Amino acid sequence: MSAPSGQFKTQARQLSADLRHRSIIQTALGKYEAVRDKTRDAFQDWQAARQAAAQIKWDAVNHLDQYLLQFVSNLETRGTKVHWASTGDQAKEIILRIIADKKAKCIVKSKAMTSEEVHLNEALAHAGFEVVESDLGEFIVQLRREAPYHIVFPAMHLTRGEISDVFARELGSAPTDNPEELTMIARRVLRHKYIEADIGFTGANFAVAETGMISITENEGNARLTAALPPTMVTLLGIEKILPRFEDLALFLPMLATMGTGQPLTCYNSFYSGPRQPGESDGPTEYHVILLDNRRTVLLADPEQRDALHCIRCGACLNVCPIFKNVGGHTYGTTYSGPIGSVLTPHLRGLQDWKHLSYASSLCGACTQTCPVKIDLHHHLLQNRRNASRQKPSFGERLAYRFFAFVVNRPAVYRLAKQLGRCLQPLHTLVKGGPLDPARAWTRTRELPRIAPKTFKEYWRERQPRV
Amino acid sequence: MKITLFVPCFVDLMFPNVGISMVKVLERLGHQVDCPEAVACCGQPAYNSGYWEEARVVAGQTLKTLEASEAVVIGSGSCGAMLKVFYPELFAGTPLADSARRLSGKCFEFSDFLVNRLGVTDVGARFPAKVTFHDGCHGLRELGTHDQPRRLLTQVRELALLEMPDKTCCGFGGTFAAKFPMISTAMGEVRCAAAAGTGAEYIVSNDSSCLMHLQGLLDRQGSKMKTIHLAEILAQS
Repeated sequence: MSAPSGQFKTQARQLSADLRHRSIIQTALGKYEAVRDKTRDAFQDWQAARQAAAQIKWDAVNHLDQYLLQFVSNLETRGTKVHWASTGDQAKEIILRIIADKKAKCIVKSKAMTSEEVHLNEALAHAGFEVVESDLGEFIVQLRREAPYHIVFPAMHLTRGEISDVFARELGSAPTDNPEELTMIARRVLRHKYIEADIGFTGANFAVAETGMISITENEGNARLTAALPPTMVTLLGIEKILPRFEDLALFLPMLATMGTGQPLTCYNSFYSGPRQPGESDGPTEYHVILLDNRRTVLLADPEQRDALHCIRCGACLNVCPIFKNVGGHTYGTTYSGPIGSVLTPHLRGLQDWKHLSYASSLCGACTQTCPVKIDLHHHLLQNRRNASRQKPSFGERLAYRFFAFVVNRPAVYRLAKQLGRCLQPLHTLVKGGPLDPARAWTRTRELPRIAPKTFKEYWRERQPRV
Repeated sequence: MKITLFVPCFVDLMFPNVGISMVKVLERLGHQVDCPEAVACCGQPAYNSGYWEEARVVAGQTLKTLEASEAVVIGSGSCGAMLKVFYPELFAGTPLADSARRLSGKCFEFSDFLVNRLGVTDVGARFPAKVTFHDGCHGLRELGTHDQPRRLLTQVRELALLEMPDKTCCGFGGTFAAKFPMISTAMGEVRCAAAAGTGAEYIVSNDSSCLMHLQGLLDRQGSKMKTIHLAEILAQS
C-alpha cells in the first residue's frame, strides 16, 4: 500500500463515521443543490448547453498548440511578459525571480488552485516572504494552516464558531457569531495588505485565445483589488484553461457560476490582458503570465482521458459525490479532490501512488451526469483501475479472479462449490465479525445474506422435464 | 416470445425468489422462458477491479451462451449495464467484439423489457403496502432506467409509492463495499435514513445488489423496514 493510500484509508475511516462532519457537509451541499437546480432550470436547454460547452473545450484542448500561441502573442502585444513552466518547481522559480527583480516583500493573492498545486505558499514563506490570501475562505484556511477543503468553498467544513476562534487566536479579534462581523474582521486586515503588497498574484478561470485575456470570476472583489493595487501582477494558470473565442464566455461564465455556487453569474467577472497602457491612470505597471504544464501534457497524450482537461474547476462533481460527502475534502490528500481529483491525480502525480482514489468509488456516475463539460468521470475511474492493474497486478486479487472464473465457468464444479458453501455456512456464525471472519469487511457493519436452501438454478433444474 | 433469463450469480445463490418471480411474471404474460445453466456471472467484479483479462474469461462464456438468444432479460441494472454497455468495451478489439455488440442490442433490464419492449405496465399485481423506490445507479445512469419501474409500480393494486428526495447511491458499488467498508456503510446509512424519511415499509429496487446492501444495514440497525425486488412485487396477486 502506498503512503497516500494508507493515509486516505485512515482518514476516510474516521470521517465517514463522524456524524458531526457528515451533517455539516450534507447540510451545506443540500442548500447548494437547491439553488443550483433553480438557476440551472433558467437555462433554456441545459443539455444543449453542456453539449456546446463540451464541444468548445474539445476544440480548445485538441488544438491547444495553436490556441496557446495565439493567446500568448495577443498578451505580448499588450506588453505582458509570458513565461512557460513545465513543472511546478519551474513555476516557483519564475515567481521567485520576479519577486527578486522587484525586490518585493509582501505578496497578496487571490484564489488560485494552481498555486496550491505547486505549493507556492510554502515555497514563498520558506524564502522569507509574506503571502496573504485575500479570498475569505482561503484566508481562513491559511490562518488555520490548512489546505483548502474544496476547490470552490475552501472553508465549507468550518462553523462560524470555528472561524471566530481562529480570528480571535490569530488576529486578536473579539469572538462573534455574526457572519458580517466576521467578514469585516477579515476585510480590516486585508485592505491594508492590498496597499502594502508589492505583487498581486492571481489564478485564472479562463484564458481567451482570440483576445489574449485572462478571465477571473469571484464574489468578493478581492481579486480585483489584488490585480489593481500592487504595482506588479502575476497570474499562474494551467495550459488547459484556454477558450478559443471571447464569445465563448457568454456560455462559460454563467455555466461556471451556476454549477459552482448556484448563481446566474458571480458578482465580479474581470478580464486582464496586459499592464497599464500608455494614457491609462491605474492598474499594475508590470504583468506576468505563467503558463503551467505540470504533466497536463501527459494527460493530453492520452486520447481516452484527454477530456479530463475540459474541467473548468466548478466543483459540481464534488458536490454530488457521495464519497466526497462522507469523507470530506482533506481526506483525499490532493489539491483537486472529489471525482475530478480522483481522475486527474494519478496522471499528475503517479498512477501507483494514487490509484486508490479510483477504487474509492461506487462508480455511481452522479459526477458524470452533473459535469457541465461532459467529462466521462466515472468511466475514467474504471480506466485508471484497468491501467493500474495492468501495470502492476495484485497477485492475490488476480488469483482470486482466476479461481472464480475456473469455478463458475464449469457448471458441475460450480454446483459443488455452492453445496460446499451451504455446508460451511453454519460455521461462519462462529467467527462472524471477528478477526477470523473472511467476510469481516462486510460483517462489521452489515448482516450478510445467507445462501438459499434452494438456489434459483436448483429450482430451475427441478422444473425442467427429465430427459 | 422466447426469453432468455440472465440470473446474476448472487441472485441465484441468495435471492432465488427474484428469479422465480421474474419467471412467474413473464410466463403469466404468455412468454416462454429459458435459463441456460452455463451462464453464471457477468464478470463485473473482475472488470470493475481492473482485471479485464480475467473478466473476459467469465464474460466470454456468458456472451457465447447468450448470443443466439432472441431477447435476454436481466433482473439487475448493474449486471444489465455490464452486458449491454460494458461488454462492447471489454471485448473491443477481440474476436468477440461483434458478438458483444449484437448481444448488447438484445439485452433488457427487467422493467425496461416489460414497459418498452412488451408495452406492459399493468401485470395484474396487488401489494398492499407503502413503498419507496431506490434507483440502482447502473440502471439509472448507464441504462437510463427511471420511469419504467415507476410506471409498473403505480399500476400495482393497493400500493403507495413514496419518493425519496434524491437519487443517491446506496454505497454498495461491488468490491468497493469490501475495499472501503466504512465509506460504503456511511453511504448506506444516509440512504436508509432517506428511505425511512418517506414513511415507507419497503425499499423496492430493480437491483438486488443495492437491496442486499441496504437490507444488511437495516438488519444490523434492527429496523423494521424491508427490502424487496420489483419482480417480487409484480409476481404477487
